[in-house]
Amino acid sequence: MCTYQTETLRLRASAKTPRGWVSMTDASVYFDHPVHFPATHALMIDVLNTSGGGVERVGLEMDAVSARNLAETILRALDNAPASLLDDSVV
Amino acid sequence: MTHNLRAETLTIQGHRGDAIEAYVAVPTDVDQHGSIVVIHHLPGYDETTKEIARRFAANGYAAVMPNLYHREAPGADPDDAAAIARANGGIPDEQVVGDVEGAMNYLKALPTANGKVASIGFCSGGRQSFLVGCRLPLEGVIDCYGAFVVGTPPAEFPLRVTPVVGEAAGLRGEVLGLFGAEDQFPTPAQVDELAEALRAAGKTFTFRTYQNAGHAFFSSDRPSYRVEAANEGWREIFTFLSRTVG
Repeated sequence: MCTYQTETLRLRASAKTPRGWVSMTDASVYFDHPVHFPATHALMIDVLNTSGGGVERVGLEMDAVSARNLAETILRALDNAPASLLDDSVV
Repeated sequence: MTHNLRAETLTIQGHRGDAIEAYVAVPTDVDQHGSIVVIHHLPGYDETTKEIARRFAANGYAAVMPNLYHREAPGADPDDAAAIARANGGIPDEQVVGDVEGAMNYLKALPTANGKVASIGFCSGGRQSFLVGCRLPLEGVIDCYGAFVVGTPPAEFPLRVTPVVGEAAGLRGEVLGLFGAEDQFPTPAQVDELAEALRAAGKTFTFRTYQNAGHAFFSSDRPSYRVEAANEGWREIFTFLSRTVG
Protein backbone atom coordinates (compact mmCIF):
# COMPACT_ATOMS: atom_id res chain seq x y z
CA MET A 1 0.00 0.00 0.00
CA CYS A 2 2.90 2.30 0.73
CA THR A 3 0.65 4.77 2.48
CA TYR A 4 3.29 5.91 4.97
CA GLN A 5 0.48 5.75 7.55
CA THR A 6 2.17 5.04 10.83
CA GLU A 7 0.85 5.09 14.38
CA THR A 8 3.52 5.77 16.96
CA LEU A 9 3.42 5.60 20.74
CA ARG A 10 5.69 5.89 23.73
CA LEU A 11 5.88 2.84 25.97
CA ARG A 12 7.81 1.25 28.79
CA ALA A 13 8.92 -2.23 27.90
CA SER A 14 11.75 -4.71 27.71
CA ALA A 15 12.43 -6.85 24.67
CA LYS A 16 14.71 -9.74 23.86
CA THR A 17 17.03 -8.84 21.00
CA PRO A 18 19.97 -10.74 19.49
CA ARG A 19 22.13 -8.89 22.07
CA GLY A 20 19.94 -9.92 25.01
CA TRP A 21 17.27 -8.06 26.97
CA VAL A 22 17.08 -4.31 26.48
CA SER A 23 14.73 -1.50 27.50
CA MET A 24 12.37 -0.13 24.86
CA THR A 25 10.85 3.33 24.70
CA ASP A 26 8.73 3.61 21.54
CA ALA A 27 6.64 1.63 19.09
CA SER A 28 5.41 2.06 15.53
CA VAL A 29 2.35 0.27 14.20
CA TYR A 30 1.51 0.34 10.50
CA PHE A 31 -0.06 -1.62 7.66
CA ASP A 32 2.30 -1.67 4.72
CA HIS A 33 4.70 -3.80 2.70
CA PRO A 34 6.44 -6.37 4.91
CA VAL A 35 10.14 -7.14 4.68
CA HIS A 36 9.89 -10.87 5.33
CA PHE A 37 6.25 -11.96 5.76
CA PRO A 38 5.09 -13.55 2.48
CA ALA A 39 2.26 -11.17 1.60
CA THR A 40 1.93 -7.89 -0.25
CA HIS A 41 0.75 -6.12 2.89
CA ALA A 42 0.97 -6.88 6.57
CA LEU A 43 0.40 -5.34 9.96
CA MET A 44 3.80 -4.36 11.30
CA ILE A 45 4.88 -3.59 14.84
CA ASP A 46 8.30 -2.14 15.61
CA VAL A 47 9.28 -1.90 19.25
CA LEU A 48 12.19 0.50 19.47
CA ASN A 49 14.77 2.23 21.57
CA THR A 50 16.43 5.02 19.63
CA SER A 51 18.06 6.80 22.56
CA GLY A 52 21.82 7.05 22.78
CA GLY A 53 22.35 7.09 19.03
CA GLY A 54 22.01 3.33 18.72
CA VAL A 55 19.22 1.21 17.32
CA GLU A 56 17.41 -1.43 19.31
CA ARG A 57 14.47 -2.96 17.50
CA VAL A 58 12.20 -5.94 17.62
CA GLY A 59 9.98 -6.21 14.57
CA LEU A 60 6.81 -8.21 13.94
CA GLU A 61 4.95 -8.70 10.65
CA MET A 62 1.63 -10.56 10.50
CA ASP A 63 -1.58 -10.86 8.57
CA ALA A 64 -4.60 -8.76 9.49
CA VAL A 65 -6.50 -11.63 11.16
CA SER A 66 -3.51 -12.51 13.33
CA ALA A 67 -3.08 -8.88 14.29
CA ARG A 68 -6.70 -8.52 15.38
CA ASN A 69 -6.52 -11.79 17.31
CA LEU A 70 -3.32 -10.67 19.02
CA ALA A 71 -4.81 -7.29 19.94
CA GLU A 72 -7.97 -8.91 21.33
CA THR A 73 -5.94 -11.48 23.24
CA ILE A 74 -3.83 -8.77 24.83
CA LEU A 75 -6.94 -6.88 25.93
CA ARG A 76 -8.53 -10.10 27.26
CA ALA A 77 -5.40 -10.93 29.25
CA LEU A 78 -5.41 -7.45 30.76
CA ASP A 79 -9.15 -7.58 31.48
CA ASN A 80 -8.76 -10.95 33.23
CA ALA A 81 -5.85 -9.88 35.42
CA PRO A 82 -6.63 -8.52 38.91
CA ALA A 83 -6.52 -4.75 38.96
CA SER A 84 -4.03 -4.76 41.83
CA LEU A 85 -1.55 -6.69 39.70
CA LEU A 86 -1.98 -4.25 36.82
CA ASP A 87 -1.14 -1.41 39.16
CA ASP A 88 1.85 -3.40 40.39
CA SER A 89 3.32 -3.51 36.89
CA VAL A 90 3.36 0.28 36.57
CA VAL A 91 6.61 1.55 38.06
CA MET B 1 28.81 -6.23 -23.86
CA THR B 2 30.13 -8.73 -21.34
CA HIS B 3 28.12 -7.41 -18.37
CA ASN B 4 31.38 -7.11 -16.41
CA LEU B 5 31.19 -4.73 -13.47
CA ARG B 6 32.72 -3.72 -10.18
CA ALA B 7 30.44 -3.19 -7.18
CA GLU B 8 31.33 -2.10 -3.66
CA THR B 9 30.23 -0.17 -0.60
CA LEU B 10 31.92 3.22 -0.31
CA THR B 11 31.66 6.41 1.70
CA ILE B 12 30.62 9.47 -0.30
CA GLN B 13 29.90 13.07 0.64
CA GLY B 14 26.20 13.65 1.12
CA HIS B 15 24.08 16.56 2.30
CA ARG B 16 26.16 19.31 3.93
CA GLY B 17 29.30 17.28 3.33
CA ASP B 18 28.22 14.45 5.66
CA ALA B 19 30.03 11.17 5.07
CA ILE B 20 27.35 8.64 4.12
CA GLU B 21 27.36 5.03 3.01
CA ALA B 22 26.68 4.32 -0.66
CA TYR B 23 26.60 1.29 -2.90
CA VAL B 24 28.49 1.84 -6.14
CA ALA B 25 28.33 -0.32 -9.26
CA VAL B 26 30.43 0.58 -12.29
CA PRO B 27 30.68 -1.18 -15.68
CA THR B 28 34.19 -2.36 -16.46
CA ASP B 29 33.63 -3.34 -20.09
CA VAL B 30 33.02 0.12 -21.59
CA ASP B 31 35.34 3.10 -22.16
CA GLN B 32 32.69 5.68 -21.33
CA HIS B 33 29.26 5.56 -19.77
CA GLY B 34 26.25 7.50 -18.58
CA SER B 35 25.29 7.30 -14.92
CA ILE B 36 22.29 6.95 -12.65
CA VAL B 37 21.54 7.61 -9.00
CA VAL B 38 19.36 4.86 -7.54
CA ILE B 39 17.02 5.99 -4.77
CA HIS B 40 15.89 3.14 -2.55
CA HIS B 41 12.31 2.55 -1.47
CA LEU B 42 10.77 3.15 1.96
CA PRO B 43 12.01 -0.25 3.27
CA GLY B 44 15.52 1.08 2.90
CA TYR B 45 18.97 0.44 1.50
CA ASP B 46 18.39 -3.23 0.94
CA GLU B 47 19.82 -6.12 -1.02
CA THR B 48 17.24 -6.05 -3.81
CA THR B 49 17.90 -2.38 -4.51
CA LYS B 50 21.65 -3.10 -4.59
CA GLU B 51 20.79 -5.74 -7.18
CA ILE B 52 19.10 -3.01 -9.23
CA ALA B 53 22.28 -0.91 -9.05
CA ARG B 54 24.27 -3.88 -10.34
CA ARG B 55 21.77 -4.36 -13.16
CA PHE B 56 22.48 -0.84 -14.39
CA ALA B 57 26.23 -1.46 -14.27
CA ALA B 58 25.87 -4.77 -16.10
CA ASN B 59 24.07 -2.85 -18.84
CA GLY B 60 26.70 -0.14 -19.17
CA TYR B 61 25.70 2.57 -16.67
CA ALA B 62 27.49 3.55 -13.48
CA ALA B 63 25.09 3.54 -10.54
CA VAL B 64 25.28 4.89 -7.01
CA MET B 65 22.69 4.20 -4.34
CA PRO B 66 23.17 6.47 -1.31
CA ASN B 67 21.95 5.07 1.99
CA LEU B 68 19.36 7.74 2.79
CA TYR B 69 18.93 6.29 6.30
CA HIS B 70 22.65 6.20 7.11
CA ARG B 71 22.37 8.96 9.71
CA GLU B 72 19.42 7.33 11.48
CA ALA B 73 21.21 4.06 12.13
CA PRO B 74 24.81 3.74 10.92
CA GLY B 75 25.70 0.13 10.25
CA ALA B 76 22.23 -1.19 11.16
CA ASP B 77 20.35 -3.76 9.09
CA PRO B 78 18.37 -1.97 6.34
CA ASP B 79 15.00 -2.92 7.82
CA ASP B 80 16.01 -1.66 11.28
CA ALA B 81 17.24 1.63 9.81
CA ALA B 82 14.00 1.95 7.82
CA ALA B 83 11.97 1.35 10.98
CA ILE B 84 13.87 4.11 12.78
CA ALA B 85 13.44 6.50 9.87
CA ARG B 86 9.70 5.76 9.81
CA ALA B 87 9.37 6.22 13.57
CA ASN B 88 11.16 9.57 13.26
CA GLY B 89 8.65 10.79 10.70
CA GLY B 90 10.76 10.12 7.62
CA ILE B 91 13.73 12.08 6.34
CA PRO B 92 13.67 15.70 5.19
CA ASP B 93 13.45 16.38 1.45
CA GLU B 94 16.38 18.82 1.69
CA GLN B 95 18.59 16.03 3.06
CA VAL B 96 17.54 13.67 0.27
CA VAL B 97 18.41 16.28 -2.34
CA GLY B 98 21.80 16.83 -0.71
CA ASP B 99 22.57 13.13 -0.58
CA VAL B 100 21.54 12.59 -4.21
CA GLU B 101 23.60 15.61 -5.22
CA GLY B 102 26.60 13.99 -3.52
CA ALA B 103 25.96 10.77 -5.44
CA MET B 104 25.59 12.74 -8.69
CA ASN B 105 28.89 14.54 -8.07
CA TYR B 106 30.61 11.22 -7.34
CA LEU B 107 29.32 9.79 -10.63
CA LYS B 108 30.31 12.85 -12.68
CA ALA B 109 33.84 12.65 -11.27
CA LEU B 110 34.43 9.06 -12.41
CA PRO B 111 37.20 9.06 -15.04
CA THR B 112 35.03 7.04 -17.42
CA ALA B 113 31.86 9.14 -16.97
CA ASN B 114 30.33 11.00 -19.91
CA GLY B 115 29.02 13.64 -17.51
CA LYS B 116 25.34 12.77 -17.90
CA VAL B 117 23.37 11.54 -14.89
CA ALA B 118 19.79 10.38 -14.40
CA SER B 119 17.89 9.38 -11.27
CA ILE B 120 15.52 6.52 -10.56
CA GLY B 121 13.48 5.82 -7.48
CA PHE B 122 10.97 3.24 -6.37
CA CYS B 123 7.95 3.72 -4.07
CA SER B 124 8.83 6.68 -1.77
CA GLY B 125 11.98 6.95 -3.90
CA GLY B 126 9.80 7.61 -6.96
CA ARG B 127 8.61 10.84 -5.41
CA GLN B 128 12.16 11.64 -4.33
CA SER B 129 13.47 10.98 -7.86
CA PHE B 130 10.95 13.50 -9.21
CA LEU B 131 11.94 15.96 -6.46
CA VAL B 132 15.68 15.78 -7.17
CA GLY B 133 14.96 16.13 -10.88
CA CYS B 134 13.32 19.47 -10.11
CA ARG B 135 16.28 20.72 -8.08
CA LEU B 136 19.42 19.16 -9.61
CA PRO B 137 20.93 19.18 -13.11
CA LEU B 138 19.84 15.66 -14.06
CA GLU B 139 19.39 14.61 -17.70
CA GLY B 140 16.67 12.09 -16.91
CA VAL B 141 14.20 11.37 -14.11
CA ILE B 142 12.55 7.99 -13.61
CA ASP B 143 9.64 7.74 -11.20
CA CYS B 144 8.55 4.19 -10.43
CA TYR B 145 5.15 4.34 -8.72
CA GLY B 146 6.02 7.24 -6.43
CA ALA B 147 3.11 8.29 -4.23
CA PHE B 148 2.44 11.94 -3.38
CA VAL B 149 4.17 13.52 -6.35
CA VAL B 150 0.63 14.86 -6.66
CA GLY B 151 -2.11 14.61 -4.05
CA THR B 152 -1.84 15.79 -0.48
CA PRO B 153 -1.54 13.13 2.22
CA PRO B 154 -4.28 13.21 4.89
CA ALA B 155 -3.52 15.51 7.81
CA GLU B 156 -3.01 12.62 10.23
CA PHE B 157 0.01 11.30 8.31
CA PRO B 158 2.95 11.45 10.68
CA LEU B 159 5.53 11.42 7.88
CA ARG B 160 6.63 14.73 6.44
CA VAL B 161 5.52 14.00 2.90
CA THR B 162 4.25 16.81 0.71
CA PRO B 163 3.42 16.84 -3.01
CA VAL B 164 6.25 18.03 -5.24
CA VAL B 165 4.47 18.55 -8.56
CA GLY B 166 4.55 22.31 -7.89
CA GLU B 167 8.29 22.24 -8.55
CA ALA B 168 7.89 20.72 -12.03
CA ALA B 169 9.05 23.92 -13.71
CA GLY B 170 12.53 23.11 -12.39
CA LEU B 171 12.82 19.84 -14.33
CA ARG B 172 15.73 20.02 -16.76
CA GLY B 173 15.58 16.47 -18.11
CA GLU B 174 12.98 14.13 -19.55
CA VAL B 175 10.72 12.19 -17.21
CA LEU B 176 9.81 8.50 -17.38
CA GLY B 177 6.97 7.34 -15.14
CA LEU B 178 6.15 3.65 -14.65
CA PHE B 179 2.95 2.79 -12.83
CA GLY B 180 0.59 -0.08 -12.02
CA ALA B 181 -3.07 0.19 -13.05
CA GLU B 182 -4.09 -1.42 -9.75
CA ASP B 183 -1.98 0.86 -7.56
CA GLN B 184 -3.72 3.12 -5.05
CA PHE B 185 -0.54 5.07 -4.19
CA PRO B 186 -0.51 6.67 -6.71
CA THR B 187 -3.93 6.04 -8.23
CA PRO B 188 -4.33 6.09 -12.03
CA ALA B 189 -6.23 9.39 -11.57
CA GLN B 190 -3.20 10.88 -9.81
CA VAL B 191 -0.95 9.65 -12.62
CA ASP B 192 -3.27 11.45 -15.07
CA GLU B 193 -3.09 14.57 -12.91
CA LEU B 194 0.72 14.44 -12.97
CA ALA B 195 0.73 13.99 -16.74
CA GLU B 196 -1.50 17.04 -17.10
CA ALA B 197 0.79 19.10 -14.86
CA LEU B 198 3.86 18.11 -16.88
CA ARG B 199 2.05 18.92 -20.12
CA ALA B 200 1.08 22.31 -18.74
CA ALA B 201 4.69 22.95 -17.68
CA GLY B 202 5.89 22.06 -21.18
CA LYS B 203 7.98 19.12 -20.02
CA THR B 204 8.89 16.05 -22.06
CA PHE B 205 7.68 12.85 -20.44
CA THR B 206 6.75 9.23 -21.10
CA PHE B 207 4.28 7.47 -18.82
CA ARG B 208 3.48 3.76 -18.91
CA THR B 209 0.73 2.21 -16.79
CA TYR B 210 0.76 -1.58 -16.73
CA GLN B 211 -2.39 -3.68 -16.43
CA ASN B 212 -2.51 -6.49 -13.85
CA ALA B 213 0.13 -4.69 -11.81
CA GLY B 214 -0.12 -2.71 -8.61
CA HIS B 215 2.40 -1.03 -6.39
CA ALA B 216 5.97 -2.38 -6.28
CA PHE B 217 5.66 -4.57 -9.38
CA PHE B 218 9.45 -4.39 -9.84
CA SER B 219 10.11 -5.95 -6.39
CA SER B 220 11.22 -9.42 -7.39
CA ASP B 221 11.37 -10.61 -3.76
CA ARG B 222 7.79 -9.64 -2.92
CA PRO B 223 4.36 -10.99 -3.84
CA SER B 224 3.66 -7.71 -5.63
CA TYR B 225 6.16 -8.69 -8.35
CA ARG B 226 4.63 -8.84 -11.84
CA VAL B 227 6.98 -10.35 -14.34
CA GLU B 228 5.39 -8.90 -17.49
CA ALA B 229 5.17 -5.36 -16.12
CA ALA B 230 8.69 -5.57 -14.72
CA ASN B 231 10.19 -6.86 -17.97
CA GLU B 232 8.41 -4.23 -20.04
CA GLY B 233 9.37 -1.61 -17.47
CA TRP B 234 13.06 -2.55 -17.65
CA ARG B 235 12.94 -2.25 -21.44
CA GLU B 236 11.44 1.24 -21.09
CA ILE B 237 14.11 2.19 -18.56
CA PHE B 238 17.03 1.20 -20.77
CA THR B 239 15.47 2.84 -23.84
CA PHE B 240 15.02 6.01 -21.80
CA LEU B 241 18.60 5.93 -20.47
CA SER B 242 20.01 5.37 -23.92
CA ARG B 243 18.15 8.50 -25.07
CA THR B 244 18.93 10.74 -22.09
CA VAL B 245 22.34 9.82 -20.65
CA GLY B 246 23.88 7.81 -23.50
